[in-house]
Amino acid sequence: MSFPWAKQYTPSHPFMQWMDEKLPIPRLVYNAVGGGYEVPRNLNYFWNFGFLAGLCLVLQIVTGVIMAMHYAANTAVAFDTIEQTMRDVNWGWLMRYAHANGASAFFVVIYIHIFRGFFYGSYKAPREMVWLLGVVIFLLMMATAFMGYVLPWGQMSFWGAKVITGLFSAIPFIGEPLQQWLLGGFAPDNAALNRFFSLHFLLPFVILGVVILHIWALHIPGSSNPTGVEVKSESDTVPFYPYYVAKDGWAIGAFAILFCAAVFFFPNYLGHPDNYIPANPMSTPAHIVPEWYFWPFYAILRAFTQDFLFIPAKLMGVLAMFGAIIVWFFLPWLDKSPVRSGAYRPLYRKFFWILVLDMLVLFKCGGAPAAEPYVMISQLAALYYFAHFLIIIPIVSAIEKPDPLPFSITEAVLGADEEAKLAPAAAPEA
Amino acid sequence: MAEADGVRRRDFINIAAVSAAGVAGVGVVVPLVSQMSASADVLAASSTEVDISSIQPGQAIKAIFRKQPVFVRNLTPHEIEEANKVDVSSLRDPQTLEERTKEGKENWLITMGVCTHLGCVPLGAGEGEPRGEFGGYFCPCHGSSYDTAARIRKGPAPKNLEVPAYEFSTDTVVKIG
Repeated sequence: MSFPWAKQYTPSHPFMQWMDEKLPIPRLVYNAVGGGYEVPRNLNYFWNFGFLAGLCLVLQIVTGVIMAMHYAANTAVAFDTIEQTMRDVNWGWLMRYAHANGASAFFVVIYIHIFRGFFYGSYKAPREMVWLLGVVIFLLMMATAFMGYVLPWGQMSFWGAKVITGLFSAIPFIGEPLQQWLLGGFAPDNAALNRFFSLHFLLPFVILGVVILHIWALHIPGSSNPTGVEVKSESDTVPFYPYYVAKDGWAIGAFAILFCAAVFFFPNYLGHPDNYIPANPMSTPAHIVPEWYFWPFYAILRAFTQDFLFIPAKLMGVLAMFGAIIVWFFLPWLDKSPVRSGAYRPLYRKFFWILVLDMLVLFKCGGAPAAEPYVMISQLAALYYFAHFLIIIPIVSAIEKPDPLPFSITEAVLGADEEAKLAPAAAPEA
Repeated sequence: MAEADGVRRRDFINIAAVSAAGVAGVGVVVPLVSQMSASADVLAASSTEVDISSIQPGQAIKAIFRKQPVFVRNLTPHEIEEANKVDVSSLRDPQTLEERTKEGKENWLITMGVCTHLGCVPLGAGEGEPRGEFGGYFCPCHGSSYDTAARIRKGPAPKNLEVPAYEFSTDTVVKIG
């Protein structure tokens, strides 16, 4: 679980010694995020985003619990209690804007975190479980964000709830009863609003639990690094405290500047004006789109307009949308290249950037109206998306000739590794 | 006695206890799952009466049934002709206009105003709303177009707009539900 040269927790104060015997939480913290956790010395700024994701989760839980103190999950008053929070509750506007923009910030951070994983092959052995748990967290985040967006009971809330629960009606035979079971009625109403509130409160704590598993699974092999070369000796690592605590502190500062800029100067930029209109079951907004972080997947959903054999277009769209994330679960086994980092994979690197571009195209199409040319563009982009994971990655990992890897992290950083030079002399010829 | 067959008293008690706990566990799940279904007040039979006397040919109104919109549309002879011209076998959800209306009242097209794709309210019932390229209804969410019999013609929706159960109470009043 830890490298042999990692520092040991040695409490000096009698109280801490007593604590260490009875309930060794300080030891756990020391070994997890303190001086006892040895981390590769060469992590770049992309490695700050895991920590920032944790920060966002805490931010969302704190502001969310406060929002819940002023909110009532009843269709008659839900919209008004949000407005009351904004106008009458002391600092209520700050809590709501921080919570709404906090969701967006969370997704910005998590997308960078995921694409960091794509580029540096963080999903590969021995860290498959870290990756799988990460995908679970992402799915839980999407469910939580969706249900949170329903709570203000504005027009976008209502129609978002209707469209997303409508996805389940695509399932053959059980679809419609399932949708009515999810909603507790024929259309989103009080029953649906109440259960969404209950689950929106619950799921962040489930996420917190899976995050702990995610970190636990990570700390068994230890953190990956930009070279993808595993830690070999003491000169490859530095202790998490103080080195990466300081660096993550820097990340908090940078994040806080951008986050505060959004909260204080353009808090509604990422929202939809229609959600300031109370929900009206009789009228769908002219241009209905989900929140920006769902756009790439929404574009895939809408890309299917023709029936395929016996499968209706609607079901195909739903399967493809969920499949777009489910395929991530198989990534550790689709990518057979033994080289982790994209920095040493010239061919994979090119396709990585094409995937980024493809996601941006899907993003753009998902936010656009359901009309040409966006439908055709999203069809092509969706096709490429699946081809990337199911065809391109397996082929590239089979035919690619990777660049030579450094012997060690130390050599990659310092240009030479004294221990590596000494090693062949020290070890007798085999 | 039983020990000669290799079944001890303790094995029997073990299996019986675990089985009982399993059955009880399934029993506990039933209310936990069932509580999420529509409650009695939501299911309580609701019907809506709609006065259609003021709807002119070519016009439509939106009524409310089960908290969802219902479109009541008075088709023009031209629209009926358009609907009947279509080769039914070419449709995604083959139905004739006759099958979707009441006998002798073919001009009264009464459907749910709920797109069969993901449940948006299609445009076309309100004054001045776009009716899509087939002259019926157009769903702006994902671009499904319905024709003048409210049948799906283009876009991702799998089925025609649903025709709810209804009857004409009088010539000018429709009872939906």
